[in-house]
Amino acid sequence: MTVLLATWAGPLSQDFFRRAFAAGTAAAIAAGLVGAFLVLRNQVFAGDALSHVAFTGGLGALAFGFAARTGVFTATVAVAVLLAVLGGRARLNDVVTGVVFTWLLGLGVLFLSVFTSSRATGNGAGAVRVLFGSIFGIDQATAAQTGWIAAGVVVAMLVISRPLLFASIDPGVAEARGVPVRALNVVFLVAAGVMAAQLVQVVGALLLLGLITTPAATAQRLTARPWRALAASVAIAVATVWAGLWLSYLRPSLPPSSSIVATGFLLWLAVELSTRFRLRARQTVPV
Amino acid sequence: MLTEAWAGSVAAAARLSWDLHRDLRLVLQYPFMRNAFVAGAVAALMCGAIGWFAVLRGETYAAHTLASVAFPGASGAVYLGLAPLVGYFGFAVAGAALIAWLSPLGPGGGERHSATVGAVQAMALALGFWFVSLYQGFLSSLSGFLFGSFLGVTRDDVMVLAITALLALGLLAIVGRPLLFASVDPRVAEAAGVPVRAVSLLYLILLGCAVAEASQFTGVLLVLALLVVPAATASALTARPSVGLVLSVGLALVTVWAGLAAAYFTNRPVGFWVTSVGFAGYGLARGTASVRGRWTRRVVAA
Repeated sequence: MTVLLATWAGPLSQDFFRRAFAAGTAAAIAAGLVGAFLVLRNQVFAGDALSHVAFTGGLGALAFGFAARTGVFTATVAVAVLLAVLGGRARLNDVVTGVVFTWLLGLGVLFLSVFTSSRATGNGAGAVRVLFGSIFGIDQATAAQTGWIAAGVVVAMLVISRPLLFASIDPGVAEARGVPVRALNVVFLVAAGVMAAQLVQVVGALLLLGLITTPAATAQRLTARPWRALAASVAIAVATVWAGLWLSYLRPSLPPSSSIVATGFLLWLAVELSTRFRLRARQTVPV
Repeated sequence: MLTEAWAGSVAAAARLSWDLHRDLRLVLQYPFMRNAFVAGAVAALMCGAIGWFAVLRGETYAAHTLASVAFPGASGAVYLGLAPLVGYFGFAVAGAALIAWLSPLGPGGGERHSATVGAVQAMALALGFWFVSLYQGFLSSLSGFLFGSFLGVTRDDVMVLAITALLALGLLAIVGRPLLFASVDPRVAEAAGVPVRAVSLLYLILLGCAVAEASQFTGVLLVLALLVVPAATASALTARPSVGLVLSVGLALVTVWAGLAAAYFTNRPVGFWVTSVGFAGYGLARGTASVRGRWTRRVVAA
């Protein structure tokens, strides 16, 4: 019993783990909520693109001598607005996202070349850190900041959640009923952009993608009721973060973002396959 | 790396002028540029055709994901001591199969497709990151891998690319008609006896091959520049499949060649130029289409 307690409580006595735990939980709540809407609206690619755009923003700022942070936030918010506008009346589709996203990454490459030729250092490792982050390496201030930004995003999402849900499920009817569908598009993507900007810097693009897709996809498989799916998505995101962090603590060779994403993916796979099995079993029963 | 530095010093000496003939001779003066032009043309041919179907089927995100799969493929192969290309093709085909298998069919299936693709991508990246942390040596070559480099293309590479493209395009020609049918109206196609699932699996594998080709040049993060941007431009201009396909291939070719030439003269990364040329074309096409649409509407109303 005491051994079991020690394995559970052991990691929490470490400072770096407590910070990772706090920031990870905040990230999971925000990403689970935003991700549920992204999945519902079939816009996962937009979320993914926003996280890569952060890379361009950061490098652009560095190339022109600003703080990387400023660039990351400016770029993601600007692109969120651009995507919402280009998507127009219809819901943003993946082709538009893909075209914009590719061009912005191309710009990122230009900035990378400007930055590296002025500093004369190879920057492969820097790019890797941007893409994969390191949740075990954050300091107290960053953890607190992540918490505040996540809280802001969650509040914004909760405020618009009712009309947004309506607009996501049936945009035509929602617009006819006077819901400002276009404005909601912009607000939602900007909230997603702010979240992406912060989380990319703290946990990396990989973990961000894992947190916006798999929990939401799993939740949608578990229940067809929208509000329950939102709650379930957040709960699953938090649970996978906790489980993944703990796994990485036990096996240090496993990077935390990998273990969190893998936990989420395996959970989703299990739910998806078992649902499919059940549906097939029901279909074969003679009517 | 060495070739790149050398190419940089060469390009710095080259100046663009109004004499097109002289410019062309300058660009094609070195074997590595000739190889890059031929290989770029092969990749453009393949990507233009396969990418047109990707836009029609709404598989843009799948294309991006299959490119990301290159990361665990290549890093895993390097970790195990195999050739990166082997790991890459293995993972791309496996990824294509996984997406096809896990993507839900039936009503509401389309809505969950993007989540499935995203989940597969997240898992692939997680695996890749794990391989990298097991074998740190891969990191040094990562920048070229992510953003590409046209300049190290050898004659053998061109041969491999050409053979792959020939096989893939032959296969596409065989399944082209049922694929078009299944893409435009899957339910009617299924009712008419088209094996929709098999066709979409085959298509995703073809897409994986196209992505593998393109990523040799553009790097895994920029494959959409060849695969989706020309096709999206073509789709904005015409709705007719035959015209669209030809236009898409032509635009891909122009994008690659213009991008290569611009990179040669300006000494800035090819990835930047290829994406910028493509994006400019897309912007023009969208603008034209919207002006044309407004004009037609006014005529109809009058």
